[in-house]
Amino acid sequence: MAKVKLDGVRKVYPNGVEAVEPCDIDIPDGELVVLVGPSGCGKSTLLRMVAGLEEITDGTLMIGDAVMNDVEPANRNIAMVFQNYALYPHMTVAKNMGYGLKNRGLPKAEINQKVAEAAKMLNLSEYLNRRPSQLSGGQRQRVAMGRAIVRSPELFLFDEPLSNLDAKLRNQMRIEIRALQQRLGVTAMYVTHDQVEAMTLADRIIVLNAGRIEQIGTPGEIYSQPASTFVASFMGAPPMNIFTGTSDGQQATLDGGVSLNGAGAPSHTGKIQIGIRPEDVALDASGPLPFEVEIVEELGAHRLLHGRLSGQPFSVSVNKDQPAQTGPAKVALKPGAVHFFDAEAGRRL
Amino acid sequence: MADITESRIEAQSTARPAKRIKWEHIGDHAILIAGALLMLVPVFMIFASSSWDDITLHREGLQFGFSDDMANNYNAALFEYGGFTDSVNGVTMLANSLILGIGFAIGKIIVGMMAAYAIVYFRLRFATLAFWMIFTTLLLPLEVRILPSYEVITWMNLGNTYTGLIVPLIASATATFFFRQFFMSVPEELIEAARIDGAGPVKFFIDILVPLSQTMIAAMFIIMFVFGWNQYLWPTLITTDESLFTLVRGIRQIMQAYADGSSTPEYGEAAALAIIAMTPPVLVVVFFQSWFVKGLTESDK
Repeated sequence: MAKVKLDGVRKVYPNGVEAVEPCDIDIPDGELVVLVGPSGCGKSTLLRMVAGLEEITDGTLMIGDAVMNDVEPANRNIAMVFQNYALYPHMTVAKNMGYGLKNRGLPKAEINQKVAEAAKMLNLSEYLNRRPSQLSGGQRQRVAMGRAIVRSPELFLFDEPLSNLDAKLRNQMRIEIRALQQRLGVTAMYVTHDQVEAMTLADRIIVLNAGRIEQIGTPGEIYSQPASTFVASFMGAPPMNIFTGTSDGQQATLDGGVSLNGAGAPSHTGKIQIGIRPEDVALDASGPLPFEVEIVEELGAHRLLHGRLSGQPFSVSVNKDQPAQTGPAKVALKPGAVHFFDAEAGRRL
Repeated sequence: MADITESRIEAQSTARPAKRIKWEHIGDHAILIAGALLMLVPVFMIFASSSWDDITLHREGLQFGFSDDMANNYNAALFEYGGFTDSVNGVTMLANSLILGIGFAIGKIIVGMMAAYAIVYFRLRFATLAFWMIFTTLLLPLEVRILPSYEVITWMNLGNTYTGLIVPLIASATATFFFRQFFMSVPEELIEAARIDGAGPVKFFIDILVPLSQTMIAAMFIIMFVFGWNQYLWPTLITTDESLFTLVRGIRQIMQAYADGSSTPEYGEAAALAIIAMTPPVLVVVFFQSWFVKGLTESDK
């Protein structure tokens, strides 16, 4: 177990593309950090630099107290779980799990014992002599986890480990991964593009966009205090509504003329962006804001109403026992519902 | 190789049970059957002829029916010492051919795999150029460079040795090409997983890449073994010692008698030897084919 420290770590490819801008990350011992962002945001590159599969252009990487920049992947005492499992197809489950230990020169008896332990923990004991091709997707995923566990690493690296599984299995494996990581108390870095996975798994989330860290924080902070319009619209489903508007220092007004009375306003005056989460809005016949509902989406537990507020697209999420139909309606904002961002960079005000 | 093509065609046509006769298939089958006959009939003829005595064959040519000299001819072909020095029989030649075929195939597979491994997995400066240079040698078969090759081998004193027979033949563009294509289809993550598991380049090659390539190796072995078995020009040039003669070479040796005008050529024995020479490649194809179909259907990858 170890803390991980990235200090100004940066990746520039030989063709001059800067995949990861200099970033500083501190991960305390035993924490599970999720790197999340859209595809191409550099999250996998960052993880692969920590793994040693990708060279670090600038900056220092420390795992524990040692600088790891030029250490071979095998000697970093890490374990990695890959998206497509990357199991060795010609080896049995037991051999797959024990291969790393065998290469370390451990005696056979010890390898067998460690593999048996890990297999028991993952409910794989009866499959030890099977080949990966004879296993289901979830079982293969477990074997990949087992291969990581038997090495007793200081750091787990997960590279979108669940994206090849179906939705139901994904939820189940997510819980298993979380439980396992907590039981073993091993520091972990987890890459995903799925914001639900990020929210549910993480101790802390790092949101990346275009090679830059947008925000680092607990799931709660990320959700309630998004640092930018990017984070606001990326985290949360359905995403936060983002409006354009203006502020006079006292009151914010949406482009289209509707004023948000009582919602406060940033000290910044002039053009701004205004964010409102769909679930922070209530249908209220005596509410102050006119909402033109165009489409009602039934999602079972709740309904999504899509329409226009002040001429701009707006979505509202309401409870399943709240009746709703298309046509004009009135809405009220819950306290603290409105977020302000600057107009150009989208930074939180 | 008539026999290989033949057995493939048969395998394909028997694999699909004909549920209903479709007219458009009749034309296809007519072509297939004609092709099959074209290749099978000569084989049958030589087999039938191997049961006749030399005089009849000399007088009347190859035969379609069977006679009673079969045991005699095969016995002579296999166990009777012949040649100019009386130092070689069929069994020795069979052994020589096997050594050549297997050595040739294994050598080509090893060299080809290692070359492909270097080209695909290592960041070499001129990897692509090197690959294309290897690839162009497809246009330069042994026959083109046979004189310089012969010079080198005699200069190294390797004439009349198995080494001299096999080594100059094993550099292979074909095998390199096929293994390169195969290695490029191996998922990148496997290499990364192996790196994290502490497998260096040699370990990755032996522990992971070689077992993964089993089916590819089997396929290459079939092609290369048959190719090596049928080598004629190079063995003729490099082996003057009759104890190193291969079967293909031996058949000619028997017919040689006719050209010398010394005696009636042993046609029956030659036919028997031809059949013996055909058998091992056919067996290799039959044996390995079932093995690699199994490998393919288990879909390890």
